[in-house]
Amino acid sequence: MAAVTAPVGTARRLVRWTVLAVTGVYLLLPLLAMLEFSTRGTGGARSLEAWRDIGESSDLLDAIWVSFQLAVLTVLGMLVLLVPTVAWVHLRLPRLRRVVEFLCLLPLTIPAIVLVVGLAPIYAWVSYLLGNSPLTLTFAFIVLVLPFAYRAIDAGLSAIDVVTLAEAARSLGSSWWGVLLRIVVPNIRGAIISASVISVALVLGEFTISSLLNYDTLQVVIYLLGKRNAELSVAVSLAALVFAFALLFVLANVGPRRTRGSGPVEVKGPLA
Amino acid sequence: MTDVVAPTSVPGSEPAPPATGTGGAQRLLRAAPYLGVLPFLGYVTLFLLWPTYIVITGAFQDENGAPTASNLTAVLGGGEYLDAFVRSILLSLATAVAGAVLGALLAWAVAEGSPDGLLHRAVIAGCGVLAQFGGVMLAFAFLATFGFTGVLTLFLADILGVDLLGGGSWLYGLAGLVVAYTYFQIPLMLIVFLPALNGLRPQWREASENLGGTGWDYWRHVGGPLLLPSFTGATLLLFANAFSAYATAAALVSQGSPIVPLQIRTALTSEVILGQANVGKALALGMIVVIAVVMTAYALLQRRTSRWLR
Repeated sequence: MAAVTAPVGTARRLVRWTVLAVTGVYLLLPLLAMLEFSTRGTGGARSLEAWRDIGESSDLLDAIWVSFQLAVLTVLGMLVLLVPTVAWVHLRLPRLRRVVEFLCLLPLTIPAIVLVVGLAPIYAWVSYLLGNSPLTLTFAFIVLVLPFAYRAIDAGLSAIDVVTLAEAARSLGSSWWGVLLRIVVPNIRGAIISASVISVALVLGEFTISSLLNYDTLQVVIYLLGKRNAELSVAVSLAALVFAFALLFVLANVGPRRTRGSGPVEVKGPLA
Repeated sequence: MTDVVAPTSVPGSEPAPPATGTGGAQRLLRAAPYLGVLPFLGYVTLFLLWPTYIVITGAFQDENGAPTASNLTAVLGGGEYLDAFVRSILLSLATAVAGAVLGALLAWAVAEGSPDGLLHRAVIAGCGVLAQFGGVMLAFAFLATFGFTGVLTLFLADILGVDLLGGGSWLYGLAGLVVAYTYFQIPLMLIVFLPALNGLRPQWREASENLGGTGWDYWRHVGGPLLLPSFTGATLLLFANAFSAYATAAALVSQGSPIVPLQIRTALTSEVILGQANVGKALALGMIVVIAVVMTAYALLQRRTSRWLR
């Protein structure tokens, strides 16, 4: 028996490592090329000038600050909008669950490039009412992160017996706000962290809506800088990719370990 | 207040009790929980449903809001816009198939290892970044690799003395988009296909081996047919993903607007042609229609897959 299965196992291992090597090269080569490209000096020497320039480009630092603020505002807005609503639907309005789910997943079927066409006239009003600040992009970004955040929060609420917990709290005299803040939120902490991290990653990577509504976010400035200082743009891009990887890698290890293949990162598939 | 709130916020609830003296108050009580979702519904209406409504109705209106079909005939009547749709669909199809095949192989290679292993976790986190976060930054990654002064272009030219890649100019057109899109399709395929692969029970393979089946027999008669609906469904998702992508193309393509998202950019940012003020909305509506067809097919397949998965 062993004599029969051994060569099969070897062939399988060979195929496996070939696949890993080939796709690995395809996926990693451009990233390594970014490292080489951004550290080119004069006359074939290595230089960290492009990386030093990141700290000296005021356009870039401004954009990083704007995108950082947008990420924080989007996360706060998303949590305020979604956590009470989804919890309320789980507790009191189970018949609305399908409707809320449909609305939350709708942005997956309406591409950002389509959404921005319809948002342009609305943003004329938004900037008239609230001023022409890039931070108003928060409204659009909350819509963009809705599907991913909803999946995480809904999964978190489905994993606990939220109805029983809420009944216990209510019978002990808690208000609904007490239930939300002292029962629901602590019990779905992991889901809230997942939803927030995914939202941060999406906001930091957003280009379509910010660029077509003419706001200078991180991605827009990377794109504009690329026209005159390619090394700098490549360096920032690589830094941002590594930052996002670190964020998701930490999330994958911090989040509660669930069943095979359904870690928190799984909810990231845009249309999954 | 009673009369205003109660009828509008109880659609779909139980039939109202016969009107008695306290009927209004009872109905209000029953409607009260629905008030809890009003902020959410208001927000979604304002920033998601209303923009979609603007796109759909705008596609049938001229610059004064009067109904017209000229936007649609401009798009469907052949010429530049229709060509863009054809190119967009072909680009999405090619990269969806390539990404699905390569991504499924990668997913299989990853699933063979331990699910808690470092490779497994690192690949999943890395794929999350490349599939979702990419956009502009991936365009720069490809410029650094295959561009005029890209690493690989220079390497091939200086060291091997060949100019196989045409000095890098292919990268800035449709061919470049195929390579760059495939790059972010592979990780997306891994993310959506890995759960299906993990759903294959080892017992099925053991049963196949006990009956004398080889590895090929197992994939031909058991694994393959089981995974086919998920694989097809994932390919449809990849199609929709490539079809809606904008950032990579915007940063990579240097001349013209070969695909629909770039045509929409042109329609949004440049002077409008007389009588085609809303052609951007007609293009956007076209994208919604294509994606709706793809997603409907996906939903049907999904129903089939969920029969055995979990």
